[in-house]
Amino acid sequence: MSTVTPQLDLTPEERAALQARSAAGRAAINAKKKLTSPWASFVAVVLAFLWTVPTFGLLVTSFRPELAIKTSGWWTFFANPETTLDNYKAVLSTEGSSGLGAYFVNSFVIVIPAVIIPICLAILAAYAFAWIDFRGRNALFVAVFALQIVPIQVTLIPLLTLYVDAGLAGTFWTIWLSHSIFALPLAIFILHNFMKEIPKELIEAARMDGAGHVKILFRVLLPLMKPAIAAFGIFQFLWVWNDLLVALTFAGGGTAVAPITVGLANLSGTRDTAWHLLSAGSFVAIIVPVVVFIALQRYFVRGLLAGGLKG
Amino acid sequence: MSSIRSRRILAAVSGGLGFALVLTACSGGDSGGDETTAASGDCAAYESYGDLSGKTVSVYTSIVTPEDTPQIDSYKPFEECTGATIEYVGDKAFETQVLVRAKAGNPPDIAYVPQPGLLNQLVATGAAVEAPQTVVDNIDEFWGEDWKGYATVDGKVYAAPLGANVKSLVWYSPTEFADAGYEIPTTLDDLMALTEQMVADGKVPWCAGIGSGEATGWPITDWMEDFMLRLSGPDVYDQWVNHEIAFNSEAPTAALDGVGAYLKNPAFVNGGLGDVNSIAATAFQDGGLPILEGTCSLHRQASFYAANFPEGTNVSEDGDVFAFYLPGETEDVKPVLGGGEFVLAFADRPEVAAFQTYLSTDLWANNKAIASPAGGWVSANKGLEVANLVSPVDKLAATILQDPNAVFRFDGSDMMPAAIGSNAFWKQSTNWITGQSTKETVDNIEAAWPAS
Repeated sequence: MSTVTPQLDLTPEERAALQARSAAGRAAINAKKKLTSPWASFVAVVLAFLWTVPTFGLLVTSFRPELAIKTSGWWTFFANPETTLDNYKAVLSTEGSSGLGAYFVNSFVIVIPAVIIPICLAILAAYAFAWIDFRGRNALFVAVFALQIVPIQVTLIPLLTLYVDAGLAGTFWTIWLSHSIFALPLAIFILHNFMKEIPKELIEAARMDGAGHVKILFRVLLPLMKPAIAAFGIFQFLWVWNDLLVALTFAGGGTAVAPITVGLANLSGTRDTAWHLLSAGSFVAIIVPVVVFIALQRYFVRGLLAGGLKG
Repeated sequence: MSSIRSRRILAAVSGGLGFALVLTACSGGDSGGDETTAASGDCAAYESYGDLSGKTVSVYTSIVTPEDTPQIDSYKPFEECTGATIEYVGDKAFETQVLVRAKAGNPPDIAYVPQPGLLNQLVATGAAVEAPQTVVDNIDEFWGEDWKGYATVDGKVYAAPLGANVKSLVWYSPTEFADAGYEIPTTLDDLMALTEQMVADGKVPWCAGIGSGEATGWPITDWMEDFMLRLSGPDVYDQWVNHEIAFNSEAPTAALDGVGAYLKNPAFVNGGLGDVNSIAATAFQDGGLPILEGTCSLHRQASFYAANFPEGTNVSEDGDVFAFYLPGETEDVKPVLGGGEFVLAFADRPEVAAFQTYLSTDLWANNKAIASPAGGWVSANKGLEVANLVSPVDKLAATILQDPNAVFRFDGSDMMPAAIGSNAFWKQSTNWITGQSTKETVDNIEAAWPAS
């Protein structure tokens, strides 16, 4: 296939196009060949297997009785299958203070505003950075971008002091605001890059039709940005759901405001005598992120590429 | 606004009156224990705290499940009789978070601080408040000078002790002792004689394990502290902890050698687990379990080790396993190594002071003992009736703490700078057990001591 014999009367343009297409086709076939080689599949399967084994072990452990967990490894389960739901019962029970129920509800109360607030703000900011010309725009954008570098640890005590002064300490507001603050630089960056990729002509056409900034944003850009928003939403959801540091600092312990990660950290008891509950507790804690991820994963993969194209 | 303020003043006045009443009640009643057992429905003992209806006291501690339920239960009589609400928050990240909260101006009303060093740091933030006079009086009445000293910063008393644990214990099998006719040793020489007798009987007497993740080695630091207290006395012990004498000076070297006489003697260790090196490889939780199998006779570990024996083990004087006090040089000196929490307040509202006072009384100590059906809790409060404790080990620990000859010393490695107490001391101890000489070990720790 090194030369294409012209069998038909083709214009030079058509011939070039055909050649290009066949070259592209060859590349695609090569890539497909390489990627679908049995060895590559094999490696992928092995990696997936190794990756899943610890989680699988955790799942098996969560159904084993306490004594079995404490005296033997989970792999002995197959020789001696004993199952019990006691661990899950203990973890979910509302009696005593070991139950995760209240923490679970708190996690939802925390995570929903902590995802929605930064997305709403970041869409507006990203639009301004991408499509509104104003003085100092680039400098400001670099400043926002640079904020990603600030480690959140250095902000903890000053931020908590501000919350205390504002009388917010011990409420959900502290956690919502903190997560929003920490998420905004990345959110603005990702959404800005995605917005910039949308062809200028589209926006200009909308403007010609008499649309203002608000109409352009809501009628033209938002529908196109669904994948990017969803991708960032998943990012932020997973981060907030799994966060322990921010919750510990701003919510403290207790069932009033603390999320499930705090409950999980305290589950094993003062001297870790109840560590057999951790496997069941972990599964209760990861079930929501897993469901969210599976439901939205097609956006996730698409969105992962969204921010990276323009840096 | 004005009505709230006047109510506050009223509460303060009634609280103040209350404290006066507590004082008279405490000084007058020696038979306090009898009254408290009957206190469940009787509010007479709580009248002194006044009416605290609608008031809330937040408590922040490192005590989480399952030990938190007895704690919360023990506050119920106070809540029912005074009308106050106690908001209990347990958090395993307490030790870092309480500092963050104190520095940010968001401290809890009351914190249970498990280390004197942390207490000092918290006082240094300026957020802590001095203990009210009622608490100080209770400390004087129910605790010795040793405990008071740990709660005192710059001459001011800040906190009363809450719970306690005893580390100077040796676990053994009462059945084995009865069968072989061994007697519980009452001096250090007796202990060595008993050990040699066991070796003569063909046993490997001692077992130990020091594995504990990144804290591997800490059981040896406890061993050494115990020997430091026994061989050189509490005064030298304090100098050692405060680095007034060098770590590689004579007394600490002798103490570590004293430990080595047991733990590095291949004939004495490691019963049921292997040779001397196996001490480093064994998790501390498993170090004493061979006693149950009869392959080991003696294991030095704190009172909380009772929780490590499998469910169903009979832990009592005539059961499968029990503990005796690690004896002093003579029968009369009883140094006790241990730990405990201190009740530090960050607010001086009357309800906070009232609750802090309640926690420092014998009334609370006995309520707490009754509210802990599973045991695992003890206090050094001299007003605690030993009969109210459930588990035999707790009773033993309380008896040791209340012994008039007992001299209590806090775990020294917890009070040394972090570079030593939670780093060099542990690591060098681990090296020591796996072959490093005593001299090299103490020299290395001395060299690691921060310059300031």
